[in-house]
Amino acid sequence: MNVALSTPVADTARPKLEVQKLDAWFGNVHAVKDISLGVDARSVLAIIGPSGCGKSTFVRCLNRMHELTPGARSEGRVLLDGEDVYAVDPVYLRRRVGMVFQRPNVFPTMSIRDNVVAGLRLNRVRADYEAIVERTLTQTALWDEVKDRLDASAIALSGGQQQRLCIARALAVEPEVLLMDEPASALDPIATAKIEELIDELKQQYTIVIVTHNMQQAIRISDKTAFFYMGVLIEHGTTQQLFTRPERRETEDYVTGKFG
Amino acid sequence: MNMAMTNVAAGQYAIPRRVGSHRARAVTNGVMTGLCAAAVALALVPLFSVLWLVVSKGIHSLSLSFFTKLPAPVGELGGGVGNAIVGTLFMVGLASCIGLPLGVGAGIFLAERGDGKLGHVVRFTAEVLAGVPSIVVGVVAYGLIVLPMRHFSAMAGAVALAILMIPTLARATEEMIRLVPRSLREASLALGVPAWRTSLSVVLRTALGGLINAALLAIARAAGETAPLLFTALNNQYWNLHPLQPTASLTVQIYNYAISPYEDWHDKAWGAALCLLILIGGLSLIARLAAGRRSQA
Repeated sequence: MNVALSTPVADTARPKLEVQKLDAWFGNVHAVKDISLGVDARSVLAIIGPSGCGKSTFVRCLNRMHELTPGARSEGRVLLDGEDVYAVDPVYLRRRVGMVFQRPNVFPTMSIRDNVVAGLRLNRVRADYEAIVERTLTQTALWDEVKDRLDASAIALSGGQQQRLCIARALAVEPEVLLMDEPASALDPIATAKIEELIDELKQQYTIVIVTHNMQQAIRISDKTAFFYMGVLIEHGTTQQLFTRPERRETEDYVTGKFG
Repeated sequence: MNMAMTNVAAGQYAIPRRVGSHRARAVTNGVMTGLCAAAVALALVPLFSVLWLVVSKGIHSLSLSFFTKLPAPVGELGGGVGNAIVGTLFMVGLASCIGLPLGVGAGIFLAERGDGKLGHVVRFTAEVLAGVPSIVVGVVAYGLIVLPMRHFSAMAGAVALAILMIPTLARATEEMIRLVPRSLREASLALGVPAWRTSLSVVLRTALGGLINAALLAIARAAGETAPLLFTALNNQYWNLHPLQPTASLTVQIYNYAISPYEDWHDKAWGAALCLLILIGGLSLIARLAAGRRSQA
């Protein structure tokens, strides 16, 4: 009892990311409708749902990438450690909330090494680049494959390697939250397995939100799962509960493959 | 399905029938490939005939003194187009100093912020300007610079050439930048890199190869212009590197030599034309090598 009381209540009680009544539009299309949910620190939240249900848009609101699309806007609040992300400079926000995209987007003019430290170098951050390159590439299980050709162009790598390079690049700026928008959808099963292992390791340190079409993947890697349908958050709970004892009919239909 | 596959493999009839037999398709394929090859060959004929003509007629005039000496008076043998080579380089250099930053800058603006009203105005203006004949641009430079200053000058020639470079360069730059995938820009922004540095260090750098090509085309086009120089830079029989003095150029020198009645000068016109070809070819080669090395680094 005493032990429980002495733990810092604020830290465990407050989610790392807290979304409150978030709405997002593309022009007149209402893509995300009144979504509220929280993501605990050092946990993995998987977002599932059929194509076009607002998953990607939702994730892109969390690091304010959504507003870069012409005609896009959003309303509501996103709190990172209790601080409204729409009240801070998006440039600094994105250093704290990193992102990995659906398709690998390495910088074609840069070497493997330069790609990893691109976020640091472009922001004129002085650091031990060599150590960061080795650490992040080791984390992403790429080091052994590329350590002898760090100066080769990044586009010479395979798709799976490029995606792991993109993850290393996102890790190099040491974000607190990592957003992943279907990071394995363009990859073969072996590369996918490596990325899933990596996510499992990363959650010791990072808070991860991952969009996935693959329900098996959501089950394997996530602590909590949110099911989106037509821009609405239908259900949100622990992954085990959502897949085994869903509360809503739509969720059950989707996870059992009746639609989607 | 299997039947169809084996039939195709055996060179028999393929299913579905509507597509035609394997043989018919092979014939069509062969004919179309042949037509394409013929079109390429036809397009190359004028190119190579011009090259051959210039090289075969101009090569005899070339010597060391042709590159280094001043033009000789009529009836005197020897002499060269050294001052015209320097003059062309000088004026094209000056024009590039004015035209490249303005043209590339306008292109960056069009690509990054060109979706508004101002962008449409700039784009429309550039398109109109690109269609203006070069001699009209020469007249404008004459009115803008030569008349008020009361004499012909390298500067006036350079301004005319720069005006010619800007619109095509702006549009080409815009196209090159728009070719850079949006995902690269997003990758950089998602790393917390500010928008302006993303534009410079990621987008522009990715488009650099294309930009260098566009700049080269613009420079080569400027180096090959005669009309706008005729009444801006005029010509000069002597060396000149003063921006406010009349200056010789290869193109005007070729023009003067070619319209003269002297056989000797006609040969020199061919020689000067070959010089111009070598100059532009060399320039492209150097820039391409430099661009290739950069993209590897």
